[in-house]
Amino acid sequence: MKTIDLVTTAVRNTFRSKLRTTLTVLALFIGAFTLTLTTAVGAGVTDYVEKQVASLGTDDVFIVTRAAPTTTEGPATYDPATSSASSGTGAPGLPGAGQSDPLTDADLSTLAQINGILSVDPVQAVAIDFIQHEGGQEYEFSINPTSSITRADLLAGKQLSEAASTLEVMIPADYVESLGFASPEDAVGATVQLGLTDVLGAQHQISAVVAGVAQESLLSSGGGANPALVAEAADLQSAGVDAGPVRYPLAVAYFDSSQSEDSIQALNDVITDAGYGAQTIMDQLGVIRTVIDGIVGVLNAFAIVALIAAAFGIVNTLLMSVQERTREIGLMKAMGMRSRRVFFLFSFEAAFIGFLGSATGAPTAVVIGTALNAALSAGPLEALPGLEILLFEPSAIIGIIALIMVIAFISGTLPASRAARKNPIDSLRYE
Amino acid sequence: MTASPIIDVRNISKAYGSGTGRFEALRDVSLQIGQGESVAIVGKSGSGKSTLMHIIALLDTPDAGTVSFAGQDALSLSPRRISELRNKEFGFVFQQFFLTPGTSVLDNVTLPLKIAGMPAGMRKERGLTVLDQFELADKASNKATDLSGGQKQRVVISRALVNEPNVIFADEPTGNLDTATGTVVEDSLFALSRDLGITLVIVTHDEDLAARCDRQIIIRDGAIAAETSRTGAAA
Ligand SMILES: Nc1ncnc2c1ncn2[C@@H]1O[C@H](COP(=O)(O)OP(=O)(O)OP(=O)(O)O)[C@@H](O)[C@H]1O
Ligand SMILES: [Mg+2]
Repeated sequence: MKTIDLVTTAVRNTFRSKLRTTLTVLALFIGAFTLTLTTAVGAGVTDYVEKQVASLGTDDVFIVTRAAPTTTEGPATYDPATSSASSGTGAPGLPGAGQSDPLTDADLSTLAQINGILSVDPVQAVAIDFIQHEGGQEYEFSINPTSSITRADLLAGKQLSEAASTLEVMIPADYVESLGFASPEDAVGATVQLGLTDVLGAQHQISAVVAGVAQESLLSSGGGANPALVAEAADLQSAGVDAGPVRYPLAVAYFDSSQSEDSIQALNDVITDAGYGAQTIMDQLGVIRTVIDGIVGVLNAFAIVALIAAAFGIVNTLLMSVQERTREIGLMKAMGMRSRRVFFLFSFEAAFIGFLGSATGAPTAVVIGTALNAALSAGPLEALPGLEILLFEPSAIIGIIALIMVIAFISGTLPASRAARKNPIDSLRYE
Repeated sequence: MTASPIIDVRNISKAYGSGTGRFEALRDVSLQIGQGESVAIVGKSGSGKSTLMHIIALLDTPDAGTVSFAGQDALSLSPRRISELRNKEFGFVFQQFFLTPGTSVLDNVTLPLKIAGMPAGMRKERGLTVLDQFELADKASNKATDLSGGQKQRVVISRALVNEPNVIFADEPTGNLDTATGTVVEDSLFALSRDLGITLVIVTHDEDLAARCDRQIIIRDGAIAAETSRTGAAA
């Protein structure tokens, strides 16, 4: 028998006992539906986090913080040269960055001396009181200390310029309307006033140009300022008063990104040994990804359980078919059909049942999921703009359909081999 | 009987089961059938007629003895070759129609061609030609299971003929037909044998049918008890 005839015959046989096929297909439908949704959740959240973290930018930096003392017993002794005052507040920053003690200039020079570190930049925290546009309403405004080294998820405009001497500010999307701009594009290039109070209590205002408008993000809240603006603000804030050793919540250490992962890890170890905590952007991404993978894994497990149940359904359905068609199999074999062809006839039938289930289940999941997405983004997930909780990737959907067809095919091998082994004479005698 | 027989079976035995349950269905049976001959295998129920037919139709193998088809030793052929032989050279008619439910008359008739790997267009053409011979062309797209008993039997014979076989094996071909339809089926079988030189091997209880064959082989308890030719003389 030609393969094309084998396939069309298998497809036609599928529809011979409609109720039984429908029920089996339904089980696979549920499995395909669930698996499509769970993988879409995984893809959606991963994509979101990746966009967020990728926006954190460069892969040639360590975010360095002071590691909490873990090796000393009892409280550490105070040394004015190296010790720094603990801050309970902690500037908003990268995950894992805000909680530790600040770094001092002494720390920075220690870090700079480590072999392999190209340069170390402190990340300064500046406190802005408000932002205002053309004498309008003043709004509270905070500047994310890491904004100078990260890239924002831009809605309009461009990234902050590290080198420029112009004072640049990046505003979050929800400030656009409040500040009186018609659209994010409208805000780009406008000049805004930033108000701050110096250590002596005097009010100051700085004019800065809006470089871009950033999407609200999971990992970095608040606005951004380029180094020139941060320096200007810090200068004004100190009011020329020496407030003791300068303290930084964290520092950015640059290294040569072309080296191997092992040597980056080695460098990381050196920094850790020196009493600091160092994390690359990728490390930070890894933690988040592990959590997401865990959640998605559990969801997928549910879908797989549904599929396993469906697989038994296929075995059962086809065993019944083989039994029912004993004579037909015997007849075909008597007429010269080879056992292997009989095997494939039933295996293809199983694969086709798998195809029916998955080719209906997956698209249904896409349709329902897309509607759900719109509802969620407008409702409960409004606070996370840019998050598409269900991300349907064509490759994933094709993969799911293929996977289910393979599962179905494998389930079909038991009944199919039973059919193939049937002796034509016994089958013809079968009542 | 012509020069070299198409079917040559010598000293075959077949037993089912083992130990005390062992049952000898065939005992030392030898039989030659010439090309174009019509042979009836008759005997009481359980005497071993179907078993013998299955062995000469290469559906089963004997425990001892030789089976040759068209001069070649069939028992030493590969399973692939045997399947091919059955597909190309044999046509089968069974007592129960063995029509595939839910599929069309045409699909049932062209099943041997489909198994042979013939393209769909040629299958259809060939199938319709055969159905036309049996005045069933207008039923080609009907469901096979919806036909009357006589029509079904004609479909089954069409199926046995569609591959232009050398030998037709029929196990009780008129077993569940009324006399009138049975005669129609018999007539068409013998017409084929006469016109196309097709060899007929018919297992039957029906004495009238057996009497129309060139030869009758009478089986009793797994052995050939007697052989008669149409003239009535013992062989
Ligand atoms: N697979 C088997 N296992 C055991 N015994 C069998 C088997 N097949 C056939 N037999 C026995 O072999 C004997 C011959 O069977 P066979 O089918 O050849 O009889 P038959 O002459 O065709 O009878 P009928 O006219 O009733 O069809 C019977 O006694 C039957 O019970
Ligand atoms: Mg019988």
